[in-house]
Amino acid sequence: MTIKTYREAIIEAMILEMKRDEKVFVIGEDISGGRGCEDFEGEAAGGPMGLTQGLWDEFGAKRVIDTPISETAIMGAAAGAALSGLRPIAELMFSDFFGVCFDQIYNQAAKFRFMYGDQGATPLVIRTMIGAGIGCGPQHSQSPYSIFANIPGLKVVTPSNPYDAKGLLISSIRDNDPVIFCEHKALLGMDGEVPDESYEVPLGRGKILKEGNDITIVAIGQMVGVVQNCIKSLEQKGISVEIIDPRSLSPFDDEMVYDSVEKTGRLLVLDESNPVCSFGSWITSMVSEEVFSSLKAPTKVLTPPHCPVPAAPNLEAAYLPDIETIISASENLKNYS
Amino acid sequence: MQLSKDKLIDAYTRMKKIRVFEETMRDEFAKGTVPAFIHLYIGQEAIASGICVELNDNDTIASTHRGHGHCLAKNSNLERMTMEIFCRADGLCEGKGGSMHIADLSVGMLGANAIVGANAPIAVGAALRQRVMGENLVSAAFIGDGASNQGAVFEAMNLASVLKLPVLFVFENNGYAEFTGVDYHCGGGDIAGRAEGFGMPSYKLDGSDFFAVQEAAAEAVERARKGEGPSAIECYAKRWYGHFEGDPQHYRTKEELETIRKDNDPLIIFRQKVEEAGLVESSELDIIDEDLTSQVTDAVEKAKNSPLPNVEELTTNVYEKGSY
Repeated sequence: MTIKTYREAIIEAMILEMKRDEKVFVIGEDISGGRGCEDFEGEAAGGPMGLTQGLWDEFGAKRVIDTPISETAIMGAAAGAALSGLRPIAELMFSDFFGVCFDQIYNQAAKFRFMYGDQGATPLVIRTMIGAGIGCGPQHSQSPYSIFANIPGLKVVTPSNPYDAKGLLISSIRDNDPVIFCEHKALLGMDGEVPDESYEVPLGRGKILKEGNDITIVAIGQMVGVVQNCIKSLEQKGISVEIIDPRSLSPFDDEMVYDSVEKTGRLLVLDESNPVCSFGSWITSMVSEEVFSSLKAPTKVLTPPHCPVPAAPNLEAAYLPDIETIISASENLKNYS
Repeated sequence: MQLSKDKLIDAYTRMKKIRVFEETMRDEFAKGTVPAFIHLYIGQEAIASGICVELNDNDTIASTHRGHGHCLAKNSNLERMTMEIFCRADGLCEGKGGSMHIADLSVGMLGANAIVGANAPIAVGAALRQRVMGENLVSAAFIGDGASNQGAVFEAMNLASVLKLPVLFVFENNGYAEFTGVDYHCGGGDIAGRAEGFGMPSYKLDGSDFFAVQEAAAEAVERARKGEGPSAIECYAKRWYGHFEGDPQHYRTKEELETIRKDNDPLIIFRQKVEEAGLVESSELDIIDEDLTSQVTDAVEKAKNSPLPNVEELTTNVYEKGSY
């Protein structure tokens, strides 16, 4: 077992899949980073966050395709390539940019299989960065996965650690439907054990990170790490939590959550999306419909407030649910009567 | 004119099939048998046919909401296409697409598209097979004058140009974006000129003349196959009917509608040219006419008598079976 970063895990998944299948290619802005120019001899930067570093050297410009800043063309070309037999990995550098290209994602790629009567698959992965926490401000920090999960035809994945990032990306590349692969920018440098060989983490299967009896906590993406930092304090207060990382939001492992809530009777969801129509509110609504009689307290969702992500460090810190908020919400749930 | 007789017959058949089909659809729509909106291609037959006669099954096209003509010109299955327009279970898209979303991937028809201009990037994506896999192929996008103003089309042209992809941007300038005239909606008025700005060779030609379209297509296709990148072909043509069937066309004069049928009928122009040149006998084309009429009539009857999809199919094929 080797220790690798979340970033390295993502790169390794792409390299393994590109070696395995010649139809897999990567397309996006600055993904080789200057090497698109024929006479440029410097080292390929591999994108502004280094998420495609090494790909150009390994596979060259035919399969590592630098594009203009042109998200509609990138997403549309990826959709068209997938529809005609290739397996594109398209990079949407920041998920915030979906606003300039969403037609190609939700009206085109997402609908091809249904709208064309299952004539062909759309094996497309859109790798995109989500999340607040590193001072990128209102247009580079959002987590719009709830919007993606709302679209029939799209699959949505939110890895919270390096091991899952690699396994989920390999599964996503092999999947025959469009997958929005949400990479959290605050996690790129996170270390973890990542096997060198190829492996899949299946879409639609959550993971119980810690078993407990009092509260089921479902945490998405960056929130997984935050809640893990609360465990000790909660135990000191006599609260035993069961932590679930759903890993993919669409498909979603609802059975795992129901089973857990039937045991604990309480549900707290930690979700970095906007609160109105958030993915967290969907989870609590499903739980209320399916296992209402098991609930000992009202379900609770913690999200940021209903405002854009601010740039100022103190405001951004206040924007995200933090340890204190989680502990206090957990106490309220435990003590509810 | 250097086309073989077989190719001329093929070209005429494609054009005439579109004409007969669309006239039949017009009648059926008026009778109320068509369950969705339709947008007729009559008047533009020479464009789809002139392009597609230069393509093969491995080549792809990405079509528009006015897509019946593109489907037929690309040799989509007539019966299953008709069933799709009637939203039947055995239609090309199992009744879930309808007129504005017909696709026939078996012949490289990547879909009609009800989002104006959205097909252009998709055509560019299909062309990536040349770069990634070294495949010999060409990909064409049909783009109306209305769609020519969409950002997606500009982005598609730029990307195709930057990556030197084998794409034909076929602009069908029929004078109207829905109800709005091209003189009003198109800044600068020079659609082909915009394409030139992206560094690709472009043509402006009479889209009512099959031979003008076909000659430009042949050149553009050859260049694309050789890896020399995209081209644009702007075809001026006339839309004989409304934006959609049922459009009262208050924005057009009666004189305009009469004149275009007289002066801009692609089928009359084609017949005159081949008959005057002594390439094909008029009687040979008459036989094709009769044959197509019965083919289309049969397809429509068959479609009308075939079942709608089962309601159980409502939620199928959203994802790959068993994966969700």
